Amino acid sequence: MEQTYYNPADLKKFGNISEWESNLATKFFDYYGDVFKEGDLTAREKSLIALAVAHTVQCPYCIDAYTQDSLEKGATEKGMMEAIHVAAAIRSGATLVHGVMMMNKAKKLSM
Amino acid sequence: MIKSLHARQHQLANQKSQVEILESGIFADGTLPTFKQKIEPIGFFPLRPTKLEIFQVNIGYMCNQVCKHCHVDAGPDRTEIMTKETMQQCLAVLKQSGIKTLDITGGAPEMNPDFRWFVSEAHRLGVEEIIIRSNLTIITANPKYHDLPEFFRENNVRICSSLPFYSAGKTDRQRGEGVFKDSIAGLQMLNKVGYGKPDSNLILDLVYNPVGAFLPGDQKQLERDFKKELKEHFGIDFNSLLTITNIPISRFLDFLIESGNYDEYMEKLINAFNPAAVAGVMCRNTISIDWQGFMYDCDFNQMLGLKLEEKVGQHISTFNIDALENREVIISQHCFACTAGAGSSCQGATA
Repeated sequence: MEQTYYNPADLKKFGNISEWESNLATKFFDYYGDVFKEGDLTAREKSLIALAVAHTVQCPYCIDAYTQDSLEKGATEKGMMEAIHVAAAIRSGATLVHGVMMMNKAKKLSM
Repeated sequence: MIKSLHARQHQLANQKSQVEILESGIFADGTLPTFKQKIEPIGFFPLRPTKLEIFQVNIGYMCNQVCKHCHVDAGPDRTEIMTKETMQQCLAVLKQSGIKTLDITGGAPEMNPDFRWFVSEAHRLGVEEIIIRSNLTIITANPKYHDLPEFFRENNVRICSSLPFYSAGKTDRQRGEGVFKDSIAGLQMLNKVGYGKPDSNLILDLVYNPVGAFLPGDQKQLERDFKKELKEHFGIDFNSLLTITNIPISRFLDFLIESGNYDEYMEKLINAFNPAAVAGVMCRNTISIDWQGFMYDCDFNQMLGLKLEEKVGQHISTFNIDALENREVIISQHCFACTAGAGSSCQGATA
């Protein structure tokens, strides 16, 4: 194993996953390409969603790729930070809303 | 305001040092392919012109701005200025050759004392299209320039102006504090005389280039964003947005090296190499003239001191259109910027 789990150079080798299973990889990359095409959402909106999700799944490769992609698509730095706050709000909200479950349980158990 | 590399006697002010960087390191040790290695297999080496359509004249490196990415290394401290005699030679060539487009650039070309004379003469001569690459802020820089929009209109010139973003933050980071505000004022003055208005024939194009070490996005989508934002916030109209990829020379090369982005940027350009963009590179229909009358394949080669191949004549005084249309274009690794993605040229995307 390498000295670190993540190596920036590995991002460029993403396509290599097709070496061991080309059929599924082709399907995935075709799908991936289509997902990011402009639709009802603009390419920039999709890039910002990807950036927010990248932070949620905490994937360094994705953060690297979609920081760059968002800039290329003309996003502002403020817009990029706002996107991450959306991800953070959902994450923290998801934690806190479970507080209701905790309260329900605690109330049921308590006299 | 920062000083030019030239004034700082920076290593990259030396043209040979720049070419050396582009020819060595990752390109010499085989890490990355050279431009020649990429265009040879697709039948484009040697790279030859198609038809000479654009006569681009750089009438001086003096500028009122010092942009961080400037490939000219222009600024107030640059004193290289084209003389009226050389302009006369250029006009003679335009007259005799019938080349369609005269493209005037700088620095801030308006700062050349013979600028207005040159433009008026070209207009009188009947040159089909005259493009002026104006930085916008020059219009409000000094009262003597306030009537430039009117002068442009009278000579029916097409205006091409850099505006890297529709907000102050990014624009000012690249072009200097307060540049966005002054650019907006300049654009509003141009609109006022009819430039860029939907019902007008006066063309006002904006030039977008990335504020950093990344590629420009889709030209049409960015144009849509720029139109919406500039109209909504400042009431500004313009015709087209032209996307240009930053060329790894001069101040942008300095930025790439200083910020540790050079290797990755070059690799990015190569990964985005688009064979379809090779056919449309501007050196195939353009000739670039410097302030002393020397000729180059493009403004970028001019800044690298890479003159035309010797046998076709290197000075405006020996201009021979047949020889020029049969020349071999001088290439190096900076050329990858013009073939990346949707392609890049002074006229925007090419593929």
